[in-house]
Amino acid sequence: MDNEYILEMRNITKEFPGVKALDNVNFKVKKGEIHCLVGENGAGKSTLMKVLSGVWRYGTYTGDIVYEGEVQQFNHIADSEAKGIAIIYQELALFPELPIYENIYFGHEIMNGKTVDWNETIVQSREMLKKVRLDVDPSLPVKRLNTGNQQLVEIAKALSKNCKLIIFDEPTSSLNEDDSQNLLDIMRELRDQGITCIMISHKLREVTAIADTITVLRDGTTICSLDAKTDDISEANIIKNMVGRSMDNVYPKRPNHKFGDIAFEIKNLTVEDPNTGREILHDVNINVRKGEIVGLQGLMGAGRTECALSIFGNPYGYKIKSGSIVIDGEETFFKSPSDAIKHGLAYVTEDRKGNGLVLIQDIKYNTTLANLEALANGLVIDENKEVVVANKFKDDINIKAPSIAQKVGNLSGGNQQKVQIAKWLFVEPKVLILDEPTRGIDVGAKFEIYSLMNKMVEDGMSIIMISSELPEVLGMSDRLYVMSEGYITGELGIEEATEEKVMAMAIKG
Amino acid sequence: MENTKKSIGQEVAQLLRDNIKTYMMYIALVVIMLVFQIWSGGKFFKASNISNLFNQAAYVGILAIGMTLILILKHIDLSVGFVAGFGGAVAAILMQQYGINQWIAVVLVVLLGAVIGLYQGALVMRVGVPAFVTTLAGMFIFRGLLSLSLAKSGTIVVTQPGFIALCQGFIPDITKNENFHMLTMLIGVLAVAGVVWSQLRKRHTRQRYNFEVVSFPIFVGGLVLASAVILLIFYTLAEYKGLPWSSVIVAVILAIYTFMLDKTKLGRYIYGIGGNDQAAELSGVDVKKVTMFAFISMSALAALSGIMYTSRLSSAAPAAGVGFELDAIASSYIGGTAVSGGVGKVTNAIIGTFVIMSLTNGMNLMSVDVSYQYIVKGVIFIIAVAFDVRTRGK
Repeated sequence: MDNEYILEMRNITKEFPGVKALDNVNFKVKKGEIHCLVGENGAGKSTLMKVLSGVWRYGTYTGDIVYEGEVQQFNHIADSEAKGIAIIYQELALFPELPIYENIYFGHEIMNGKTVDWNETIVQSREMLKKVRLDVDPSLPVKRLNTGNQQLVEIAKALSKNCKLIIFDEPTSSLNEDDSQNLLDIMRELRDQGITCIMISHKLREVTAIADTITVLRDGTTICSLDAKTDDISEANIIKNMVGRSMDNVYPKRPNHKFGDIAFEIKNLTVEDPNTGREILHDVNINVRKGEIVGLQGLMGAGRTECALSIFGNPYGYKIKSGSIVIDGEETFFKSPSDAIKHGLAYVTEDRKGNGLVLIQDIKYNTTLANLEALANGLVIDENKEVVVANKFKDDINIKAPSIAQKVGNLSGGNQQKVQIAKWLFVEPKVLILDEPTRGIDVGAKFEIYSLMNKMVEDGMSIIMISSELPEVLGMSDRLYVMSEGYITGELGIEEATEEKVMAMAIKG
Repeated sequence: MENTKKSIGQEVAQLLRDNIKTYMMYIALVVIMLVFQIWSGGKFFKASNISNLFNQAAYVGILAIGMTLILILKHIDLSVGFVAGFGGAVAAILMQQYGINQWIAVVLVVLLGAVIGLYQGALVMRVGVPAFVTTLAGMFIFRGLLSLSLAKSGTIVVTQPGFIALCQGFIPDITKNENFHMLTMLIGVLAVAGVVWSQLRKRHTRQRYNFEVVSFPIFVGGLVLASAVILLIFYTLAEYKGLPWSSVIVAVILAIYTFMLDKTKLGRYIYGIGGNDQAAELSGVDVKKVTMFAFISMSALAALSGIMYTSRLSSAAPAAGVGFELDAIASSYIGGTAVSGGVGKVTNAIIGTFVIMSLTNGMNLMSVDVSYQYIVKGVIFIIAVAFDVRTRGK
């Protein structure tokens, strides 16, 4: 029996402070099959692969990894690589300026005594490129290849190490149709050569087309393992297994809630990433009424954050090809975040540590940073008033800290998030965009933030909530848009929205 | 308050642990001064030498103030030495060769500095050339301009009495007493009063808002110590020729920059950008404009520093400005500016300046070869930064 499986992950449990990312997960992969791993964002797919590859080293999780019949103790990625396991990440780990052959053999150079044998490297690289059907000169720098071909170089690199098991993390997420098809064909060829492939993917159409086995994860547990030959692997069945969850009573209600007129509108927004030349948003139209919470659902990489940033003054310099914003009946487009803020827009970022808060400063500083005008007499800041304002927000939204002089970097995730919200409430915006407002915070703080949102809309604010978490979107929104690969793929009133419908729209594309 | 439970000894130990970086700087300064005092057989603390130290520290201190802003913003300016040298030369040329009024010359040179800062800031923020590269190129360019401007004349001697007084002269006195400078002592007493008043007010405010404060005996102890040091310095100066004009200039600039950083929006934005530029940008801060301001202020201060140096030597020489940037950057880092940006105080940068310039002054006093001086300063500098890196975030 053991010989049938190349990999068995048994009863894997991995905990982070406050969160059980993996809870007794079992995952078995047969030798020479294509095994797809599916699940919502946060279901634990990436964590599971990190355990497998040794990023989370032996001892930081419980359970056993049995690979080729032996229990493995990987302490480092190099350990799993030595055993023939390779991971190809969404973000490619190549050196763009170096030639293809150097990339393929980086870290395991072909040596001739003490020096690198470049001639042999080039000859071998040609062989590897042939295996992935990439017909280019191996001395080209990698940056001259498109994303699809760069991915093939990654695969060539894995093959050059004699890998027996290759893990593909969302391999087609940034590829066009032809490149995706090509990649799937190559995966089939690899399988025929006896190489086992694990593919993590959100694109169920591709999954059903290629998989021999499909394992569904949800909330850190294995839900089921479906055999393509014997089980029902229709998209509908997979989706049901991905989402099938009872909605708990974690979302506070808004009784007798009424909306006003349309307060804010995004019209025909089409945006290009200047670095890759790829269109990341296609003709996006979104509107939100006064007092309404509009959900913007979609999987990672669907373009939701890019959409928010584009309308919030476009600080990262995307190329706006068309589009306008209507706020208070005025049609415009914001040139900078400060311009957007002045017109009543506010944006709580998804990455509070990265671009949301100044962690080395205190609560007071962060609370008032976006609206110092309100505290300044001319140039000079009224520090007494500032203290009053910061204390008021600390009490109003229950930021738990000894005082407002506490450094934000020392707060818990939930309290950091509340500081971010305080900062934007102080601006008194008309429209608030919340990007993944409850990511990485505990249940109690989540509930507080939901209650805050209810209070805001009762006071007449409009909220656009970007979230990957389906239950949250369904529990909080009055209406929702679903996005996939830069397109709005659906708009649903809350009464007609179900998890299955939304998920089906989110993976369309 | 919970504080009452701790004994004074425990509280002092706690304070030392929490503020080790700030105290280290003062400890280093005291140790360096004492070592030179003993080594030189009492020459270091002589009034004439202290006066000299203040004048020496002036031109580096002015640079260190501007440099602190640049370093908080995670940039660097290597060109300040030769911008200073070039500014000093231009001042001398304007006065000596074109007969322009000395004060107009000073204003013109500071404006020239601002223009240089605008050029460098634009390269960094608009074109996107890293500050290290931009200002390294500036180092070449202004070194060239400095030697070019003095190529025909050689060293230019400056004779304007007002200009020379900037970094050699002393404030006038109110009494006719030849042996004791009353106004200096009066300013010293006022300074102490000012410190006591502002500290009391700060403590009162913090207590009103229920922020943590040190216990009263320690608060008083600290005030007494600070007052004693200030009075001693002013007494020493008063016994000699009084307070140097250079110190007055530095004090005014220091006051302006401290106020700007602590009390104004601009100051907030500088710390915000240094702490997290993306968060600042998304909070509506105009990162480009604020950073441009820092570069303009830096080069304008560098030009002023060049004026002070020219005044101190009564001449503009082709070698002026060599190594100023090292002293300025070292001063700022020794003064606790974080290598990772976002943290730094101009007042502490001035203390850092005194650390560096006490080393220079003391070693000059002992006729230590300049080669050793560089090595010693380099070692102190790297210890300070290594210390900062290891203790930050704890």
